[in-house]
Amino acid sequence: MKLLNKRLNTAVSKQKMVSDTTFLILVTVSLFIVMYIAGMIIFHDQGFAKPQMFLNLLISNAGLIVIACGLTLVMITGGIDISVGSVTALVCMTSAYSMEVLGTSAYTSILIALAIGLAFGVVQGYLVSYLNIQPFIVTLAGMFFGRGMTAVISKEMLTIKNATFRSWADFKIYLPFGTVNKSGIYQPAYIYPTVIIALIIVVLIVFMLKKTKFGRSLYAVGGNQQSALMMGLNVKRSKMMAYVLSGLLAGIGGFLFCLNTGAGFVEQARGLEMDAISSSVIGGTLLSGGVGNPIGTLFGVLIKGTIGSLITTQGTLSSWWVRIVLSALLCFFIVLQSVITSRKRQAE
Amino acid sequence: MKKFLTFLLLAALTLSLVACGQSAPNDSNSNAAAGGGSEKGLIVVGFSQVGAESDWRTANSQSMKDTFTEANGYKLIFDDAQGKQDNQITAIRNFIQQEVDYIVVAPIGETGWDTVLQEAKDAGIPVIIVDRMINVAKDDLFYCWVGSDFRKEGDIAVEWMNKELAGKDAVKIVHLQGTIGSSAQIGRTEGLEAGAKANSNWEIVAQQTGEFTQAKGQEVMESILKQTTEIDVVYCENDNMAFGAIDAIEAAGMKAGVGGDIVVISFDATNAGLTMTLDQKINYNVECNPLHGPRVAKLIEQIEAGETPEKLAYVEEEAFDAKTITKEIVDARSY
Repeated sequence: MKLLNKRLNTAVSKQKMVSDTTFLILVTVSLFIVMYIAGMIIFHDQGFAKPQMFLNLLISNAGLIVIACGLTLVMITGGIDISVGSVTALVCMTSAYSMEVLGTSAYTSILIALAIGLAFGVVQGYLVSYLNIQPFIVTLAGMFFGRGMTAVISKEMLTIKNATFRSWADFKIYLPFGTVNKSGIYQPAYIYPTVIIALIIVVLIVFMLKKTKFGRSLYAVGGNQQSALMMGLNVKRSKMMAYVLSGLLAGIGGFLFCLNTGAGFVEQARGLEMDAISSSVIGGTLLSGGVGNPIGTLFGVLIKGTIGSLITTQGTLSSWWVRIVLSALLCFFIVLQSVITSRKRQAE
Repeated sequence: MKKFLTFLLLAALTLSLVACGQSAPNDSNSNAAAGGGSEKGLIVVGFSQVGAESDWRTANSQSMKDTFTEANGYKLIFDDAQGKQDNQITAIRNFIQQEVDYIVVAPIGETGWDTVLQEAKDAGIPVIIVDRMINVAKDDLFYCWVGSDFRKEGDIAVEWMNKELAGKDAVKIVHLQGTIGSSAQIGRTEGLEAGAKANSNWEIVAQQTGEFTQAKGQEVMESILKQTTEIDVVYCENDNMAFGAIDAIEAAGMKAGVGGDIVVISFDATNAGLTMTLDQKINYNVECNPLHGPRVAKLIEQIEAGETPEKLAYVEEEAFDAKTITKEIVDARSY
C-alpha cells in the first residue's frame, strides 16, 4: 500500500502538478481581487464597497459553487458533465412537486434531491468509465433526460410554500458588522445557511483531493490514464466515482439553488452547466484533465458574479456584456493553460 | 515558441491593465456626475427586465428608458436578465445594495420571489411589479402592480371566435402557448380552455409552447402541420409566434388569415402584428399595451406625494379585427 502511494506520488510528479495548479489559482484569485477592488473604487458611491455586496455574490451563487466544484472533479479526470443544469431543474421540480402536491416533508425532499443526483452520477459514471462511451454524449443524454423529466412532472411553475422549507430559505444569519443606509438606518450584513453549506463542501473537496488516496488518483487518471493504469490504479473506479460525486453534488447544489429561487420550473437553471464549466476553467481546471482545484473554481464563480454585479451596477450597459467579458476571460485562461500544457510536454 | 507565447500573454495582460487604467477615471467621472445627481434630487429606479424575447418586451423596455430620464428627474438602472430568474434575483439584490429609491420588476414567472422581496422590504425599498403578476405568500412584499388582465384578453379572443365560428360543425384548434408559467400564458390559456369547454364542437388538437419566439413558434407549427393539416384555427399567444406560425402555414402550401385555410388569432398587437393584421394574415389581434413607463412613473409620483396607490392597476386593452383595421391605426402604433 505504502509502495503504491509512493509510486503514485512520483508518477504524477506531485511537485510540478501542484505548482501548475497553484499558479493557475493565483492568477484567478488575483484577477478576482483586482476586479473587485476596481469595482469598489469605481462604484464606491453605489454600494459596491459594502460587505453585503460581496456576501450577495456568495448568496446568489451558493448552488453554482457546489455544482461547479463537482464538475471540477470530473474535469480533473479529463471528463465533462453537462447534465448538471438539468439535474438542478429536476431537483427543484421534484422538491416543489413532492412538497406542494404530494405533501411530503422538506426533509424527504432533500433525500429525493440527493437520490436524483446520485442516480444521475451512477448511471452516467458507469456508462463513461465501464462502457467507455464519450462523456459528452452520455451527459448530453442525461441533460435531455433531466429536462424532459422535469417537464413530465409538471409544466406549471410550482411555488414552494412548505413552512419548514420557507423557514430555511428565509433564515438570515446576521453577521457582527454592517453598514448604515442613506436614511441612517443600520443594516447588519447577513448570509443564508446555503452559503455556509457551499463553503463547507468546497473545504471538504479540497481536503479530499489533497489528503486522500482517492483524491490523488483523480489527478493521476486525468494526468495520464495510461501510466495511472500501469501503476495499478483502478482507473475505471476512480472515474466512475468522480461522476458519482459530481452527480451527488449537482443534487445538493440543485437543492441550494432551489432554496434561492423557491420554485420548480421547467426553464430553470437553463445553461447552468455552461456557467459551471466556464467557472471551472477560469478557476484553473484544465479541460484535458490532471489540473484543477475547487478553490480556483470558487473564485471562478465569484469572478462571473462580479462581472454581473459590475455591469448591473453600471446600469446602462447591456447585460449581455457579461457574456462578452466572460468569453474574453475564457480565451485568456485557455491560452494560459495551453502555455502550461506545452511547457509540460517539453519537460517530458 | 514558448518565449513567444509568454510574450504574447504578457502583452495581452499589460494591454488589458492599461485599458482598465484608462477607462477607470472616465467611469468614475461619469458616475460621480450620476452620484451627484441624487443630491440634485434625482429619483433612482432599478428596473429588472426579463429579457428581450419579443417585440412587446423591447417596446416595454424602451418605454421605461424613455420615461425614466434625467430630464424627467430620474436615474434608471436597467438590467436585462436574459430570461433567467436567478439573474433577476441577483439584480434585485444588487439594486438593494445600490440603495435605489424604487425597484421595478417585470418578473419572468409568478413564483420564487419571497426571499429576495423580503430583503428589499427589510431595506425599506418599495417594489413595483409590472406586466406579469407574482404569487407571494405575503401580499405586502410588493407595493403595487400594474399590468394587463391576461384572462380578460383570452376571453376577448374567445368571444370573437364564438361570433366568427358560429355555425361550424367542428372547429379544430392549434394552441401555441407562451413561456409556460408566465401570467400571459396562464391567462390566455385559461381563456381558450374555458371557451373550448363551453363549446362542445371546439377541439384543441395540439397544445405546445412556442416560448413567445418566432423561431420556436414556426418550428412547433411545422411539426404539427406534418401530423395533420385539418386545422381551422391557430391561437398564438403572442405576435412573434403568430409570425412563425404563418410562415410555417405558408411553407406547407396553405393560406393563413382572412379567406384562407386557417384562422390566425394573435395577442399583443405590436406594430408588426397590426401590419400583419392589415395584410389580412392575422384575423384578430388582441392588444396588450407595453407602454408601462408612464404608468409606473405615475405610481412613483403618487408614492412620493405620500399617497397610497391602488394595489392592482389593470391596463385598458383594445382588440383589432382584420376586417375593420385601418392604416391609420397601424401607423399610430409606435412599437
